[in-house]
Amino acid sequence: MEDYKILATKIRAHVLRMTHRAGSAHVGSSLSIADILAVLYGGILRIDPNRPDWADRDRFILSKGHGSAAIYAALAERGFFPKEWLDTFYQDGSHLAGHITHHGVPGVEASTGSLGHGLPIGCGMAMAAKHDGQMHRVFIILSDGDCEEGSTWEAALFAHQHQLDNMVVIVDYNKVQGFGMVKDVLDLEPLANKWLSFGWMVSEIDGHIPEQIESALLGVPFKEKLPSCIIAHTVKGKGVSFMENQVAWHYKSPSDEQLHQALVELGVTD
Amino acid sequence: MRRAFVKTLIDMAGVDERIYLLVGDLGYSLVEPFVEKFPRRFVNMGVAEQNMTGVATGLALCGRVVFIYSIANFPTLRCLEQIRNDICYHNVNVNIVTGGGGLTYGALGTTHHATEDIAIMRALPNMTVIAPGDPLEAGQATQASAEWPGPCYLRLGRTEEPVIHKTIPDFQIGRAIKITNGRDATLISTGGMLYNTMQAAEYLSQRGIEARVLSMPTIKPLDNEAVIAAAGETGVIITVEEHNIIGGLGSAVAEVLAELTDVNVTFKRIGVKDTFCLEVGSEAYLQKAYSLSVDDIVTTVQSLKQGRS
Repeated sequence: MEDYKILATKIRAHVLRMTHRAGSAHVGSSLSIADILAVLYGGILRIDPNRPDWADRDRFILSKGHGSAAIYAALAERGFFPKEWLDTFYQDGSHLAGHITHHGVPGVEASTGSLGHGLPIGCGMAMAAKHDGQMHRVFIILSDGDCEEGSTWEAALFAHQHQLDNMVVIVDYNKVQGFGMVKDVLDLEPLANKWLSFGWMVSEIDGHIPEQIESALLGVPFKEKLPSCIIAHTVKGKGVSFMENQVAWHYKSPSDEQLHQALVELGVTD
Repeated sequence: MRRAFVKTLIDMAGVDERIYLLVGDLGYSLVEPFVEKFPRRFVNMGVAEQNMTGVATGLALCGRVVFIYSIANFPTLRCLEQIRNDICYHNVNVNIVTGGGGLTYGALGTTHHATEDIAIMRALPNMTVIAPGDPLEAGQATQASAEWPGPCYLRLGRTEEPVIHKTIPDFQIGRAIKITNGRDATLISTGGMLYNTMQAAEYLSQRGIEARVLSMPTIKPLDNEAVIAAAGETGVIITVEEHNIIGGLGSAVAEVLAELTDVNVTFKRIGVKDTFCLEVGSEAYLQKAYSLSVDDIVTTVQSLKQGRS
C-alpha cells in the first residue's frame, strides 16, 4: 500500500508542476484520480511498457480526457516514455495535449476530451476480447460529467446486454463539475441505483484509500456475466487543501507560490 | 445498391474473419443472410447510434474491420462527434453505410432525407466519401471500403436500382468512371442520380449534343484529373447530385475548377437548392419539384451550350 501512496504522490507532484509550467487548467480533475491511477498503474493493469501494442494487454481509457496530466504522469512513471516528456505538456510541437491524445504517446489507448465517448469505445474493446476468448480486460474512468452524457447510458445498456464482465467502470465521483456542484446542475443521485438498474454490479469505495481501491479492483468481475461499476467517492483537488472541492480549480493554474505551498502539503520538495 | 452491399459483405466475411456488421436496429429483410451465416459477427446495436459508433471504434482498435449500417441521417449526423473524434481521429477501419441517400425515402418526410451528409462527411479528416451510382458500383465500393485502411462513408440508395453499367466498371477509390466520352459537355454525377444523368445524356445525344458522363462515386478524395481533363476537353461541366448544392459533389468540383488557371470552363451545379422539402412526395415527385429531373438536366446543358456559342 505504501508503494501506491508513493506513486500517487509522484503523480500529484507531476500534475502540479505540469499545470504550473503550462499555465493550464484541470488541476483539480487530475488530482481527483491520482490514487485510483496509482493502484491501476502500480499493480492492477496487465501492461508492459516495452510492448505498448501487446495484443493481450489490459485496456485503460480515461473518458474524462481533461485529466490527461495525471495519466501522462502515470505512464511516465511506469516507463512508457521518458519523464522529461512531462515538461512538454501543452507546449508547442509536443505530443502531450491538454486532453488525452493517443497520437504519438505510447500507452494511451484512446483519445478523449468530449465527455461520453470512453464507455462506448471500451465496450467495443471488451466485445473484441470476448470474441477472441482473450483474457484482456477494459478499465474506464468516468467523470461526473461523463455520467450526464446520454451516450454513456447507451453503452451501459449495451455492456449488460452483451454480458461484458471483462469491463470495469470507475466513476471518479467528486461531485464538482465544470460550472457548479453536480447536485445543483444535474443531480446524479441515486448514482449507485442507476448503475444497478442498468444491470451492472456496483461497489462504492473511498477513491483515495488504496486498500479500498485495490480490494475493489481485485474483486472484478463482482459477478460473472455482469459488468462492474466502482463508484469512487473522491474529492476534486484532493491533496492540496486550497484546491479541494473548489469549482475554480477546474480552471485555475497554480502560481509559483501556490505550487510551492501545494508541494509542501504533499511532502515533496520543489 | 443495398442488396449488392450485403451480398458483397457476405462474400468477404466468408474469407475474412475480421469483418463485423453492426446495425442500428435496421436492416429488416436485408441483412438476414449475413446474420444467418455469421451470427457472432453481427450485432443489432439497438437505437443507440452514438454507442454504435464508439463500439465500432473499439472493435476496430482491436483489429476488426467494421461495417455500420443504418438509414438516412441516423449513423452520420446523430453521432457526428463520435465519427469525428472516435473513428476519424483514431483513423480506424470503420465503414459507415447508409441506405436512403438523398431523397430516396421520398414521402417518409424530411427527417428521412439525407441531403447534407456528403458535405459533412467530406469535411472530416481521414474520411473517404463514396456514393455509388448503381448496384455494380455499390458492390465494388463495399469491397474497396473494407480494403481501405481508414474510415469510409458509403452512401447507398434503395434496396435495388437499375444497373447502369453494361460491364463490371473499373471502380477504384478516388477515380471517376467514364461512361460516355462526349466532347460537347460533361455531366458529373454521384450516387443514384447517375440514372437521370444517363437518361439526359441519351436524350441530348439524339439532339446532337454528345455529353461526357462521368460517374463520380468517390467524392473524397475527388478525381481531380478527370475534372481537369473534362474542363479542358469539353468546356462545360455540370454536376448532378441528390444533395444540397452546398458542400457536396458540386462544391468539390468547384474547388478544383476555381484553382485552375488558363482554362475557360462554364460550370453549373444541379442539386437541392439549400432547402428542406416542404411538400410530401415520392423521390420522383421530389426530383421534379426540386429541379433534379431528367428535364432539368437536359435544359441546363442546353442553356449552358447556348450561352457559350
